[in-house]
Amino acid sequence: MNRVTVNREMCKECEYCMTFCPKKTILAKSKSLNKMGYYAIEAQNMEDCIACGICATVCPEGAIMVEKDV
Amino acid sequence: MSIVYQRPEVFTNEYMKYCGGCGHGIINRLIGEIIEEQNWKEKTVIVWPIGCSVYADKYFKVDSICALHGRAPAMGTGIKRSCPEDLVIVYQGDGDMVSEGMAEIMHAGIRGEKFTVVFVNNAIYGMTGGQMAPTTLMEQVTTTTPYGRKQENTGNPVNMAEIISQLEGCYYSERVAVTSPANIQKTKKAIKKAFQYQMEGKGLSFVEVLSPCPTGWKMKPADALKHINDIVVKQYPLAVFKDLGRGEKQL
Amino acid sequence: MSKVFMQGNEAFAEAAIRCGCKYFFGYPITPSSEIPEYYAKKAPSEDLTFVQAETEVSAFNMVAGVAATGKRGMTATSGPGFSLGCEAMSYMSAASLPAVIVDCMRPGPADGEILGSQGDYNQLTKGGGHGDYNTIVLAPYSVQEYADFASLSFELAEKYRNPVVVASDGTIAKLMENVELPKKNYEFKRSDWACDGMNGRSHYNDITTCGDGPEQWEHFNITLQQKYQTIQQNEQRWEEINTEDADIIIVAFGSLARVCMDTIKIARENGKKVGLIRPITLWPFPEKAFEKYEKTNTKFFVTELNAGQMVNDVKIAVNDKNRVEFYGKLGGITPTPIELYQKLCEIYP
Repeated sequence: MNRVTVNREMCKECEYCMTFCPKKTILAKSKSLNKMGYYAIEAQNMEDCIACGICATVCPEGAIMVEKDV
Repeated sequence: MSIVYQRPEVFTNEYMKYCGGCGHGIINRLIGEIIEEQNWKEKTVIVWPIGCSVYADKYFKVDSICALHGRAPAMGTGIKRSCPEDLVIVYQGDGDMVSEGMAEIMHAGIRGEKFTVVFVNNAIYGMTGGQMAPTTLMEQVTTTTPYGRKQENTGNPVNMAEIISQLEGCYYSERVAVTSPANIQKTKKAIKKAFQYQMEGKGLSFVEVLSPCPTGWKMKPADALKHINDIVVKQYPLAVFKDLGRGEKQL
Repeated sequence: MSKVFMQGNEAFAEAAIRCGCKYFFGYPITPSSEIPEYYAKKAPSEDLTFVQAETEVSAFNMVAGVAATGKRGMTATSGPGFSLGCEAMSYMSAASLPAVIVDCMRPGPADGEILGSQGDYNQLTKGGGHGDYNTIVLAPYSVQEYADFASLSFELAEKYRNPVVVASDGTIAKLMENVELPKKNYEFKRSDWACDGMNGRSHYNDITTCGDGPEQWEHFNITLQQKYQTIQQNEQRWEEINTEDADIIIVAFGSLARVCMDTIKIARENGKKVGLIRPITLWPFPEKAFEKYEKTNTKFFVTELNAGQMVNDVKIAVNDKNRVEFYGKLGGITPTPIELYQKLCEIYP
């Protein structure tokens, strides 16, 4: 399965990753605040992820890592 | 597992001090990616401006110097003349460049200084809290144009990429935007091309990047991107205004 | 070594080139313009970088850029240009950049005149720009000393990583004298703090003057002040002439000190025991020169080509223990030795 890892403490909840993800099921806001006071984005439903890397491309924080299962 | 994307190694682990959705973070990251991909870390010196990116020296594991407000092109001149083999990146915002530092950037272009300017245009003063910049759009509301920017008092927005392209000393001038995955890739390509020209010893390479300021514009980040795509590009069209190396073999 | 007959500004420029200052950024202004002109002329044969900047603001910042790469660079200007450069002086002091700046003082305020003056004393010695900072200020009184300060200014700048100002004036700048120029002996070594690209260095460098919270910035400022205290301890320089038995000591620097050297001769011929203290460093001010007069009746006669600026530092140095009087000339007129002697006799009959 492909993997998207969001550095929770770096995330500022701008939602660019959610906006541009071609699969709308993967990225969602968490229910709790990070240390900076944001509802950091979390990755879920990894079976839908196509590892296109768009979420990382648009992330202003450099907080996202994308890995492809090969 | 193969890595599709990971944070550039040239980045430190500092959390960026930009607001959520700020375009600076994306542009900083693109610069980091290019430095890393081209293996230029050892020969890079970045001159940072006063403005929102004043702390960006803390995000990069390369030689960094933070210039005075508007003076980054003058400082870049000193550094590049001293170290002509280095990749000297002069990073400026629109208040820094177009207001305080108009003389410095114009004369860097007039002299044809052989460094790269990455000009982040978000049409507002971000760091000081959302005041009007020379690049602010007509009728745009800022804290110093509370009734919208009016021509009779403040004149009109300034199109730097076009102006710089008119100078003989400019080798390359392009305006891009970080408003979508495709546009971000185009931005990266433009900055990479500018760096490449510099490493070939060409004249001033200038990349203007339209960048969202969700806080200053009082918009949600995604709306700020849409605002650039729908409104801002009408004043600041995305185009290559000068490319003297067009047609030559590129990276 | 043979001497050559040279103008002050040109002698300084030639000496600076011989000391390894290969970078000059400047904006033309009288009476400093021979220095940029000399660099421009010598650039091809001596492999120098000369850039005529669009403003003094830019020239000072270009010097900051070269200094940040660890290489020797400088600019030369006069009062109006130095005022524009003060922003960068504040910056370079905070950023610990070893640059050299020549201020060929001319009478102000504003555009003023273009002859000799010492009206920039306060601006040069009290900072001039914003914030708590100091720059080392050297005041030459002859073409020889002007030329000698090329090497000394860079050595001090690099020793303390602090900007150094050479405070000449319209007189010393334009004066022609016999001068012995230094030999070429500078060898460039990379500095491990410099922003010249890592290029094999194991760490990356970050030069910033941007505070990161009040505690950090207070600590930064305290460290800076400690450096200034060290400089004040180590670098006070002055010359004393005929002070051993003097009842009256003239205090004068730079071009006016030349005149005073003749004034003390006239005074001695007329039976008055007059000596001279000539501050060489205006900052740090040579307070140590005045210590030994604390318990004496020695009187001081301070004369300057301004409305009275250094006299305040003399008063602080003698701490109200001695009488201090002042005579100044404004507008660019340098008084004659006799005029100064007469003035001295009026004050101290």
